[in-house]
Amino acid sequence: MSATQTTPTVATEDAPASRLSRISRLQALQILILLVVTIAVFTALRPDTFLTGFNIRGIVQNTAIYAVLGVGMTFVIITGGIDLSVGSVLVFSGVVADKVMVWYGGQGWATVLVGLVAALASGLAWGLVNGVLVAKAKVPPLVVTLGSLSAALGFAQIITKGLDLRDAPQALVNDIGFGNIVGQVPTIAVVAAVVVVFGIVLLHRTRFGLYTYAIGSNAEAGRRSGVKVERHLIKVYAFAGLLAGFAGLLNLGFFQSTTIGGQSNTPLNVIAGVAIGGTSLFGGIGSVFGTVIGLFIPIVLQNGFIQVGVQPFWQQVVVGAVLVAVVYVDQLRRAAALRGTSPRLPFLSRAGGAGSASRKGSA
Amino acid sequence: MSAVLEARGITKHYGHVEALADANFDVQAGEVVALIGDNGAGKSTLVRILSGAEPADSGEILFDGRPVHLSSPTDARALGMETVFQDLALAPHLSPVQNMYLGREVMRNGLLGKLGFMDAKSMRDGSRAAFDRLGATVRNLNGPVGSMSGGQRQGIAVARAAAWAQKVIFLDEPTAALGVVQTQNVLELVRRVSGEGIGVVFISHSMPHVMEVADRIQVMWRGRRVATYNKADTSMEQLVSAMTGALAQEAS
Repeated sequence: MSATQTTPTVATEDAPASRLSRISRLQALQILILLVVTIAVFTALRPDTFLTGFNIRGIVQNTAIYAVLGVGMTFVIITGGIDLSVGSVLVFSGVVADKVMVWYGGQGWATVLVGLVAALASGLAWGLVNGVLVAKAKVPPLVVTLGSLSAALGFAQIITKGLDLRDAPQALVNDIGFGNIVGQVPTIAVVAAVVVVFGIVLLHRTRFGLYTYAIGSNAEAGRRSGVKVERHLIKVYAFAGLLAGFAGLLNLGFFQSTTIGGQSNTPLNVIAGVAIGGTSLFGGIGSVFGTVIGLFIPIVLQNGFIQVGVQPFWQQVVVGAVLVAVVYVDQLRRAAALRGTSPRLPFLSRAGGAGSASRKGSA
Repeated sequence: MSAVLEARGITKHYGHVEALADANFDVQAGEVVALIGDNGAGKSTLVRILSGAEPADSGEILFDGRPVHLSSPTDARALGMETVFQDLALAPHLSPVQNMYLGREVMRNGLLGKLGFMDAKSMRDGSRAAFDRLGATVRNLNGPVGSMSGGQRQGIAVARAAAWAQKVIFLDEPTAALGVVQTQNVLELVRRVSGEGIGVVFISHSMPHVMEVADRIQVMWRGRRVATYNKADTSMEQLVSAMTGALAQEAS
């Protein structure tokens, strides 16, 4: 084919990004603006205390553990799944790490390292269980992770007979939990930031990230193109579990306790942050950066309400309203931009099943 | 001229239903063969078997004259055969470039590639070259394909198959959901693909499209090929009567 003078080729140059990708970026931007406005309002109301180094430090510290969980949750939700087990896996991993560190003895970095390995292994194990059940046994992710939410917490309580452990070594508590890496920059926030940057690079620059989007978009298309869908889903849930295990160790350092009873709202708070940050619960769209912004909003609100003397319980009301509003608006715009996707939540159905293929493939 | 892909005596049963009964089929390099027949005649089953998606109960598949065994779509792809399925099989949230290379990503050289980093520029350039070569209308290489028109998406799907297929492309009802202009673009695309020496198997219910694009037409009826016509020697009336079983025996 050399004579192509009549070819109706239209230039394939970089046209302005289409509506859908514009919307994605627009939403991350809007959430960022919402965060900035919130901060500005509280700063104006309490100029003496809100935007101080001490207060910012507290906000960042409180967001750090959620951010680590949020990275894994973003990947899972982009595949069209969900992980309700992160809070329980965090507790379980903290318990195992605590026990192992006590067994190993000492208060120094060697003990922390041993605890890190134990926490990561515990989290990874739960992630693999979730992944295999979702990908191979085809049990809906909502049910699988509801099951492991219950079972992981149960195992943690069996190990500790229901009592919180408080034997975190000094190095973990003083240097990671409460320490500063330089000046007033908390170590735990820097550690979380490293995880976040790693997540951003993994999601947007690597094949792992591409397959994550592809499965959430149209698993059957991926399968027909030679993507090993089941294996990748297992990896994604394993990654989320690994990060929950890591968060378990950070949590142990920060609270000096395994917080057995304190994590029941954690998965929901993290999922809310992911959704506020523009990751679609329908799969195929999302960003780690948006998740981090989405996680900051509730924590900034809570902090600000306390400072201006509003009952902090208002934070829960506002966050609930913001969550629903953000997802509703997002859904309307996506429905207009992306043809032929029906609003059916994929994590209620079998992973990468024929249902999701015919739903989205026929678009 | 020998066939690039030939099927001889293929049978396939689903329970007691005989989907294919001693079916024959052949496609040559650089020609468009239309495969037509009424619903249930066995077209889709035959294509699934020839593209490796399903095994045949018995019969022989010859590729470049050699018998081959296709146990999965990967086997067929390795031989240079691609299939564009009826429901498009693109990922709507991914860009044309990402769809083009999905499952066949170009990785960066050295350590970065080993760590899973992709060579975005080379995939972009490759996609643009493939779309331009076939005249597929892709205005935006970065936007999600789900926001593009049906014709553009079908163009991307066909161009993707053409970019990877060295030998044979199966197109299952590629014009079924398209408007007039979009259909013309896809048919033109089909002609260009065959012009590159690839054998195109074109399944369609639309007799005008078949008459426009095909070199030869093979008619299936009740699980077997009952007729093969050169386009020049046939008419729509003849095709329709063959499809409805007026010929019980294979004519060729």
